[in-house]
Amino acid sequence: MVLIKGASLLGKKRADVYIEDGVIREIGSVSTTAETTIDADGLVLLPGLVDLHTHLREPGREDAETVLTGSQAAAVGGYTAVLAMANTTPVTDTAEAAIRVWELGREAGLVDVQPVGAVTKGLAGEELAELGLMARSKAKVRVFSDDGKCVHDARVMRRALEYVKALGGVVSQHSQDPALAGPSACCHEGELSGRLGLPGWPGVAEEVVVARDVMLARHTGSRVHVAHVSTAGSVEVIRWAKAQGIDVTAEVTPHHLLLTTDLLAGYDPTYKVNPPLRPAEDVEALRRALADGTIDAVATDHAPHARHDKEHAFVDAAFGMLGLETALSVVTTVMVDSGLLDWAGVARVMSSNPARIAGLDGDAGHGRDLSVGSPANLTLVDPAAQVVVDRDASVSLSRNNPWHDRKLTGRVVATLLRGRPTVLEGALA
Amino acid sequence: MRHLLSIDDVTAEEIGAIFETAAEMHDVQRREVKKLPALRGRTVINLFFEDSTRTRSSFEIAGKWLSADVINLSAKGSSASKGESLRDTVLTVTAMGVDGLVIRHPASGAPAQVAQWLHESRGAVPVVNAGDGMHEHPTQALLDAYTLQRRLGSLEGRHVAIVGDLTHSRVFRSNVKSLAKLGASVTVVAPPTLMPSGVAGWSKEAGFATSYDLDAVLAGANGRVDAVMMLRVQRERMSGGYFPSAREYAVGYGLTRDRLARLEPDTPILHPGPMNRGLEISPEAADAVASLVLDQVSAGVAVRMSVLYHLLAGEE
Repeated sequence: MVLIKGASLLGKKRADVYIEDGVIREIGSVSTTAETTIDADGLVLLPGLVDLHTHLREPGREDAETVLTGSQAAAVGGYTAVLAMANTTPVTDTAEAAIRVWELGREAGLVDVQPVGAVTKGLAGEELAELGLMARSKAKVRVFSDDGKCVHDARVMRRALEYVKALGGVVSQHSQDPALAGPSACCHEGELSGRLGLPGWPGVAEEVVVARDVMLARHTGSRVHVAHVSTAGSVEVIRWAKAQGIDVTAEVTPHHLLLTTDLLAGYDPTYKVNPPLRPAEDVEALRRALADGTIDAVATDHAPHARHDKEHAFVDAAFGMLGLETALSVVTTVMVDSGLLDWAGVARVMSSNPARIAGLDGDAGHGRDLSVGSPANLTLVDPAAQVVVDRDASVSLSRNNPWHDRKLTGRVVATLLRGRPTVLEGALA
Repeated sequence: MRHLLSIDDVTAEEIGAIFETAAEMHDVQRREVKKLPALRGRTVINLFFEDSTRTRSSFEIAGKWLSADVINLSAKGSSASKGESLRDTVLTVTAMGVDGLVIRHPASGAPAQVAQWLHESRGAVPVVNAGDGMHEHPTQALLDAYTLQRRLGSLEGRHVAIVGDLTHSRVFRSNVKSLAKLGASVTVVAPPTLMPSGVAGWSKEAGFATSYDLDAVLAGANGRVDAVMMLRVQRERMSGGYFPSAREYAVGYGLTRDRLARLEPDTPILHPGPMNRGLEISPEAADAVASLVLDQVSAGVAVRMSVLYHLLAGEE
């Protein structure tokens, strides 16, 4: 039994929320006492956050992150469910591999870890992985992605889109034409890369794949999800596709909503990420697209790396940055403080939309309305807190944190998974 | 100047001081006994992650004529592929007790990263960038300007055309900066496929001109050309679709016999080497009376002596 006292529901109505047996039982002025009472005066209550895009590194790179430590980072970040990408070693391309990740998540017990299945065997882009067996397994895989690599062969992408229709699944595409993004490409191609002499890839390398995929989605009548949109051109294509009634959804990362390519001027591999940080014009377009619904969700692309994998020359260093613990603060700073989104909007892009895209809004009980009878997957946020990010305070095993020393607004105070607090007073419960 | 990672690290005044010392060093080169005691007891490591004959030997001779102990370490292949991080490689080498590091690396920015890691862990060891990827080659640009200045006098108001594979050229990226600092104007010439990305904004801000038309530039479209610098074009660029064939490149952008004939006979011709005769430069141009190619090589030793001297024995 948990009683949340005086929370502001989605930043609006102030109420007490009483939780029993993992379900919201009462909303209003509650006089019942509970084992745990959380004073939520001044705090905003949201449905638990859902991340469509995390890399938990287990199996294979347990020195960088494990399902347990990634789950801890997720809970601290206000998440109650995360989708674990398939590019582990071995790749999640079989039911057995998916079940293993799913079980590790249940053992950790902090967030619902939902494995993403590979689209192709070994992420090689050639033969379909066992999509149906993964879908039918107890891990109930619904999102398929070769993330880290693009399903660049149009024939393979077409078949994958067709095949997942029978499974109620979706293909989440890492949109990057390998012919336009060479093997050494390491950053956004533009004026800065020209000056720095860094091989880059232009926005169009993403946009041509997004354009092709929405046409394939139209042709197959299937559903496609565009992972980590990073350019204004991709936004235009998605906006057009939605206007045509094409079944496309899209996500943007927190870092693409705030960080820009000029951070690369000092060759610091902390800022090396795929897709790369883009110029301010793209960042501005992504914010507007998230506000107007063209982009459906914020997804972290949390990508932990062992320190030594970032201590190479810029072109040789690993791609990726941490994101789970800071996502809500970044969204508060960028979207809420600026008036682009209200808290209901935050709940939409960080909880209900991602839950719906991943098929976690049914029995799994994520992304539901704050109403009596809903599973108590909840996040409490202090909307006014000023935080200075300290990478050494992270519960992730990795330190590739681009937000270190940055001042952000908004802080997760508590997270509840089916009524059980996983985080209280900003720390693991 | 704590390091020489980029031409950004030196002011026009510092370049003047480097040239002054280089002129003295240049005289030493002609002596029978070439050693100066300036860096006696100092150790300089040439840490080369990329093959190089001329730059490595130029730095080696420069260090030796200053009486430094010079050690060449070849660490070819990315450290990533060997399982050791670049940071570990460099900290290991530096821990032996060195006074200066000269680094050549195929990755842009590597020397700057190294300098940063050294600051964080072991204090200041001066780092000289001996060419990093497509980024910069500051000692090359200094020796180019030094050579030109000896031929032309002051570079103030002079106009230099830089022609070739700009996209992949660290020589170009250092030279546009150094020539601007010395008051020269620059026109860079390349086919569109070999222009660096975003060059329109960059050139406007940095004050250099761009052109796809070598003949127009040599005919004075941007003002009389006082010197021509040809850049090496790697033949393997053809497979990347940058240009169709060697002969088409030579016709469009090579310093051919015909174009040489249209230059004033005393217009200096520079090339950082190694030259692809018949591709970007004809043998007639390479061996012309006005060609400074070998002067660049000899000035290279003097300028590198001067740079090592200023970084390692300087009063600051």
